[in-house]
Amino acid sequence: MHELSLAQTLVESVTALAKKENATKVSSITISVGALSGVSKDSLEFCFPMATKDTFLASTKIIINEIPLTTVCSECEATTYPNNYYILCQNCQSTNVRITGGKEFSLVSMEVE
Amino acid sequence: MCEDCGCEEGNKKIYFDSLENSVENASQKTIKIETDILDKNNHIAHHNSHWLQDRNIATLNIMSSPGSGKTYLLEKTLDKLGHLKKIAVLIGDQQTDNDAKRLILKEGKVKQINTVSSCHLDASMIQKELGSFVDGSENMLIIENVGNLVCPAAFKLGEKIKIALLSTTEGEDKPLKYPVLFHSADVIIITKTDLIPYLDWDLNKAYEYIKKINPNALIIPVSAKTGDGMTRWYDYLMNEV
Repeated sequence: MHELSLAQTLVESVTALAKKENATKVSSITISVGALSGVSKDSLEFCFPMATKDTFLASTKIIINEIPLTTVCSECEATTYPNNYYILCQNCQSTNVRITGGKEFSLVSMEVE
Repeated sequence: MCEDCGCEEGNKKIYFDSLENSVENASQKTIKIETDILDKNNHIAHHNSHWLQDRNIATLNIMSSPGSGKTYLLEKTLDKLGHLKKIAVLIGDQQTDNDAKRLILKEGKVKQINTVSSCHLDASMIQKELGSFVDGSENMLIIENVGNLVCPAAFKLGEKIKIALLSTTEGEDKPLKYPVLFHSADVIIITKTDLIPYLDWDLNKAYEYIKKINPNALIIPVSAKTGDGMTRWYDYLMNEV
């Protein structure tokens, strides 16, 4: 349950960038949250308004893209999206897979005025 | 490039370098950024890692739920290896120095970090100790993270190896319930195996669940109390870290 402090980090970063850009308003920010990032989308959405209250970002919307656990199989080369965090190719059931998505926790873009 | 050491980590786009990607649309514009929100922590962790590697200090980050036996495992480890290796231990807890008091009686040196309201250690808390408490002469730094199966998984500290503990007094399915942390571990130690005869707890099931989440983890079952399995753990620390 560290999403409030993550939301505060996000607010600081976005505010600094918006000021640098001479923006008068940030209407929205878009972030990616991977399944393996250890960050909860719901919790971050819940905490974001608390972190932005009475700040430059008070009216900013947060858009969160969830990135599923994505693996590429070293045996059959299939890209699949395993369920339940099982590290297993969904095509051939091999555990010899590389993780290519799901670890993201990143700021993707922002809409400013 | 990083201003401190010229490392590659500093080549990553930072917030202010991303402005050329702006797409103007009347008074509104979209700024593309693509930056890790934990960049600041990751960068400090990277520096910690450099500092420790340059001095050949093998660093372990031990994570588990509260009460799974991290401190007891370390008591036994310092008893056994403290005279063979110069070991420093940093212990994270929200409050009290109870764990440090237990370990200070052993070989090696110990410092408690109180995170107060925070649910995990972060890289800056470790950075403060490098060059002071950890003076550079050590062979090994063991970081006992705050007892928590959620948050510590998201914060790199600069460690070489992540270790997760699963005690037999928890369910065998803890790795399935907290996959992010158990997935990130290089080594998973099953603790309190001496209690298995008294519990409705299935070691094979625990292995099966761990392998679903983390097929490549080294699994070491131990009882720090009876010493069963501890030789494998000591061998690992002496020869494989």
